Amino acid sequence: MLRIDHYDIHKNVHVYRQGKINIAYDVNSGSLHILDDKTAQFIWEMIRVQKQGLNDPDRIFTEAGSHLSSTEKKEILQELAELQRDHLLFSPEAERVEPVYPVRPVIKAMCLHVAHDCNLRCGYCFAGTGAFGGDRELMSFQTGRLALDFLLQNSGNRPHCEVDFFGGEPLMNFQVVKELIAYGKKAADEAGKKIKFTLTTNAVLLDDEVSNYLEEEGISVVLSLDGRKEVNDRMRPFAGGKGSYDRIMPHILRFIEKRPSASRYAIGKYYYVRGTYTRYNTDFYQDVLHMADRGIRRISVEPVVAPPEEDYAIRQEDMDAIKESYDILGDKVLEYMNTEKEFTFFHFNAGLDDGPCLPKRLSGCGAGHEYVAISPEGEIYPCHQFVGQEKYKLGSLYETEKLNKMIVDSFRKAYVYAKEECCSCWARFSCSGGCHAANASFSGELTKVYPMGCELQKKRLEVAFYIKIKEREQRILV
Amino acid sequence: MAKHIQTIIKGNLSSTVKTGGCGNCQTSCQSACKTSCTVGNQVCEK
Repeated sequence: MLRIDHYDIHKNVHVYRQGKINIAYDVNSGSLHILDDKTAQFIWEMIRVQKQGLNDPDRIFTEAGSHLSSTEKKEILQELAELQRDHLLFSPEAERVEPVYPVRPVIKAMCLHVAHDCNLRCGYCFAGTGAFGGDRELMSFQTGRLALDFLLQNSGNRPHCEVDFFGGEPLMNFQVVKELIAYGKKAADEAGKKIKFTLTTNAVLLDDEVSNYLEEEGISVVLSLDGRKEVNDRMRPFAGGKGSYDRIMPHILRFIEKRPSASRYAIGKYYYVRGTYTRYNTDFYQDVLHMADRGIRRISVEPVVAPPEEDYAIRQEDMDAIKESYDILGDKVLEYMNTEKEFTFFHFNAGLDDGPCLPKRLSGCGAGHEYVAISPEGEIYPCHQFVGQEKYKLGSLYETEKLNKMIVDSFRKAYVYAKEECCSCWARFSCSGGCHAANASFSGELTKVYPMGCELQKKRLEVAFYIKIKEREQRILV
Repeated sequence: MAKHIQTIIKGNLSSTVKTGGCGNCQTSCQSACKTSCTVGNQVCEK
C-alpha cells in the first residue's frame, strides 16, 4: 500500500503538465515519470486534501480521486506503491544533514578581476560599467601571482583548481592574463595540481591573435552577447553610445568555429555564449534562436539581476511572458534536436541520474569558502558579485589573516535548509537555495530567497525535465 | 508494464548523502552572470 502518513506530498512529489504530458518529479530520488491524466489528477487531489489539513491516509485516498472508478484507483495506488517500494516515486525524504566542512576553508576556485575597466558601457552592468564602484584599475602581475599562490596553497588535497579571468573586460589586461596563465600552469605543476582557466569576455578585443592564443593554451571562454542586434545594442553599447553587435558577432562566430564539440556541461575546453535578458526582451527566446540560427551551439541567456527601481528590471507582471518564452524555447530545443542547428540552452541542462550528489546540492555554489573573487588591488570577496561591497570583504592577499572567519561561516551556514522557503520547495535539490548575491541584494540577508528568482528557476527546471524526457524519446527514434 | 505510470529516469539522489561529498566537482555559480556551472547543471566528476 502507498504510505503517506507523515509524508508531505507537495514537498516531495512535483506533478505538472508540460507540452502534452503530465510529469512527476520525485524530489528525493531525482526520478522522472510520465503520468496518465487520471493519475496526475489523483495526485493533485491528494495534495489538495492534504493541504486542507486531512492527514489520515485512508481518508485522503477516499476524498481524492472522485473521477476514478474503484478499480482504477486500486490500480494507480498499486503502481504508486511499487514505485515507492523501489524509491522512485513518493520516495522517503532524504536524510537531513548539514554540510560538513574542514575548519580551514579549502579554496578550489577563484575569480580574478584582472581589469576593473571595460570598453563597453552595458546598461545593466552590476560592476558599474566595469569599475565595481571604485577606480578603473588593472590588476598587476604581482597581485595576480599572489592570488594564484593563495589558491594553490589553500586548495588542500584537491587536484584541480579553477581560475576565471573576469572584469570589467579581462582582455583590456591581456598581457597580464598571458603572464598569469604561464605562471599558473608552472606553479600548479610544481604543486602537483592542475588549474583549469576560463576567460569571460565581451569579445570586443577577441581578434585572431587572442583567439589563437586561447585555443593553443586550452582556455575555456564565456562570450557575452545578448542576441538580436537591436536587443544587444540597446544594453551593450560602446562608451560613445554605438552598439557593439557588429563588432563582436564576427569575432564570436570566428572563435566558436574552432570548438565545434564544446561540452554542454562546460567540461574540458569549452565555450558558452551568454546573454542577459531584461524586461525589454521578455521574448528572449528569439535572441536564443538568433544565435542558434547563426551556428552558436552553446547558449545561455539569463535574467538580469537589477535593483527593482531600474526600468529594465524584471517585474512580477513580466513573469507570464517570460515563462511563455521558456516554454517556446523548450519546444525549439526539441525541434532543432538532431538537425545541424542543434543547440544547448544552458539552463535546460539538468543533472538527474548523472548529476551532482546531495551534499553538493545542499551546499550550493561555495562562494565565500570554496570560491573567492580577487579585486585588482588584491582584496578578497566571496564571489564576483560581492566585489566592492565592504560588508562582505573577506580580507586581502596583502594581509596575514586573509579570510574573515565570520564572513566565511555566514556563507557556509547559508545552505539549503537554512532558508525557510527552501525547506518545503520541490526544487530545493536542483537550485540549491539560489544565488547568494541575488538573495542578499533582494532581502539584505543570505538566508532569505529572492522570490522572482525562485519562480524562474522552477519554470526552467520544469522545461528542463520535459526536454530530458522528450530527448530520450527522440534519441531512441533516430 | 505499468498501465498508468511510465518511469523515464531512475534516480538515487538521496542515497548520495552517504556516497557523495568528495568535492572534486567543478565549482558552481548560482548567479545569472556566470555560466561556469550551476549546481543543477553539473555532472558528477566521480
